[in-house]
Amino acid sequence: MMDKYSLLHKIGIYASLALFILFMLLPFVEMFVASLRPIDHLFSRPKLEVGETMGFVDFMSRFWSDKMSFQAYRDMWVTVPQLPRYIFNSVFIASAVTLLSMCFIVPAAYAYARFNFRGKTTSLTLFLAVNMFSGAVLLIPLYKLLRSYGLLNTYWAMIIPGVAFLIPTGIWLLKSFLEKIPYELEEAAFVDGASRLYTLRRVILPLAVPGLIVVGVAMFIGAYAQQFLFAITFNQNRDYMPLPAGIFEFIGYQTVLWNEMMAASLVGVLPVLLIFLFMQKHLISGLTSGAVKE
Amino acid sequence: MSSLLQMLKPKTKSQTTTMFAWALIAPAALVMFWIVLWPLYETFRLSFTNSNLGTLMGGADFVGWENYEKAIGGRKFPAIVTRTFYWMFLSVGFKMILGLIGATLLASNIRGRGIMRALVMPPWIVPIAIGCFGWVWLYNGHFGLLSNFIEMVGITDGPFSFLAYKQSAFYSAVVTDVWIGTPMVTLFFLAAMQGVPKDLYEAAYVDGASRWYRFRRITLPQIMPTIVSMALLSAIWTFNSFEIIWILTEGGPRGATTTLIIDTFKTAIFSYKFGAGATRAVLVVLILGVFSVIYLTVLGRLTKKYNYGGVQK
Repeated sequence: MMDKYSLLHKIGIYASLALFILFMLLPFVEMFVASLRPIDHLFSRPKLEVGETMGFVDFMSRFWSDKMSFQAYRDMWVTVPQLPRYIFNSVFIASAVTLLSMCFIVPAAYAYARFNFRGKTTSLTLFLAVNMFSGAVLLIPLYKLLRSYGLLNTYWAMIIPGVAFLIPTGIWLLKSFLEKIPYELEEAAFVDGASRLYTLRRVILPLAVPGLIVVGVAMFIGAYAQQFLFAITFNQNRDYMPLPAGIFEFIGYQTVLWNEMMAASLVGVLPVLLIFLFMQKHLISGLTSGAVKE
Repeated sequence: MSSLLQMLKPKTKSQTTTMFAWALIAPAALVMFWIVLWPLYETFRLSFTNSNLGTLMGGADFVGWENYEKAIGGRKFPAIVTRTFYWMFLSVGFKMILGLIGATLLASNIRGRGIMRALVMPPWIVPIAIGCFGWVWLYNGHFGLLSNFIEMVGITDGPFSFLAYKQSAFYSAVVTDVWIGTPMVTLFFLAAMQGVPKDLYEAAYVDGASRWYRFRRITLPQIMPTIVSMALLSAIWTFNSFEIIWILTEGGPRGATTTLIIDTFKTAIFSYKFGAGATRAVLVVLILGVFSVIYLTVLGRLTKKYNYGGVQK
């Protein structure tokens, strides 16, 4: 009864949510519409007579015309032949970053969730303080570091910094999941004579699967999102370029092929959108089931 | 691993625990030393040299405080710092308010909320660079949706390029930054709201408390820890926000969107003045460090003084 709303209240909630979602989706709608419009239609303003002001019909004419088609989705592969490679690179780099970072995150998060030990609070605070140093602040020494290892212009140049800057957030997220697994289970395993590592592998990890999925997806999204800066500074090799950097090839000397660029962007984000669609139930319910509670 | 621990022969149980815990943390900690702490030290060292493209791998001269004097004494520096803080407060403020409103709406018990929760997430999921392309096109003066729209409504009587003028470029960048940052804030506020014990609301409801009163006196105080930590994290990320401004305006027009981080990138990577760039990077870290300490101290005081009203668990 407490959660019952009056009709007016309901309309208010839906209307506000509609506005909120409109703001969040507007650029994507515009990208999609742009990708359907032929380039000459894209670069045409609604036709106005001299002295006439733009009306609603003129405005809406940008949203549909007989010439609209999915042609850009075919042409983009010709304009930028490397496009499939860029999309693959994006997915590959993000997957590698996710897998590698999880190898560091899982043991550390387990230690912070389960044990009381000297230096716990201090080291945890230090991990979180890493958030203060974005990649952009450390670019020069990172460049030197990668160069001295001969890693510039390789996949590693984008994977290594990606992993490093995701670890703190990952530890923080996973720790709060692991804290919710009842300690009694582990004690039972200890009593039965199981070693710590055995307990971690056979008792904790299976129970932690939902948490691992949430953190893994969050890491993948983060890794997919952060590629741009490292890609434009540490990598000149077009074979290893991820999509956000490669997409600049649609910007030519004469014109920008906006429709193909938008089409390529939308196709390029499909992998991460699909993962999100399949995982969103787990992700949202996992995050909202009290993960952030102290 | 266990044989290693036996070799080290810990004397008490707590020592075993400490060693085991540190063994688990060590790999992550080593990565941090290698990729974050060492570069941080190196940045600090570089900031006192005149390192440039020719002397990147060694041989730069030590110049003492010269870079710092030049950076802080620079004609544009005060304006850039002010702009960066204005950018941060404005953007974080909107993210917090929108996030709070969004989370409250999405937490309400209505049909279709599962789908709507998913629909607000794309700006966070999609790579920042790609979301920004969408905005670049939206802001386009001749062909962009926004310019066409305000022309139709009658606010302007011709094309308006949002990114071409100092004021509008700055606020356009803020809008895009808010757009990218809001979904995550919303999600974490929503998570915190789900964690508030239901019986608190029921008790208040039985006592006849209005919805607004329940929000103010139960929800807000209960999720305050999340708001406090999200605001700080968000402030740090916004302060350091690079890609959005870089793709929209590259810091222009005429420096109107140049924040400290853009200035750092331009100096270091575009002008190859690594020493001077490193100086700016150190200043960014210092400013953020001081800001975080002040923020946490002030909040600690405020929490003690007012105890944030409400119900304690």
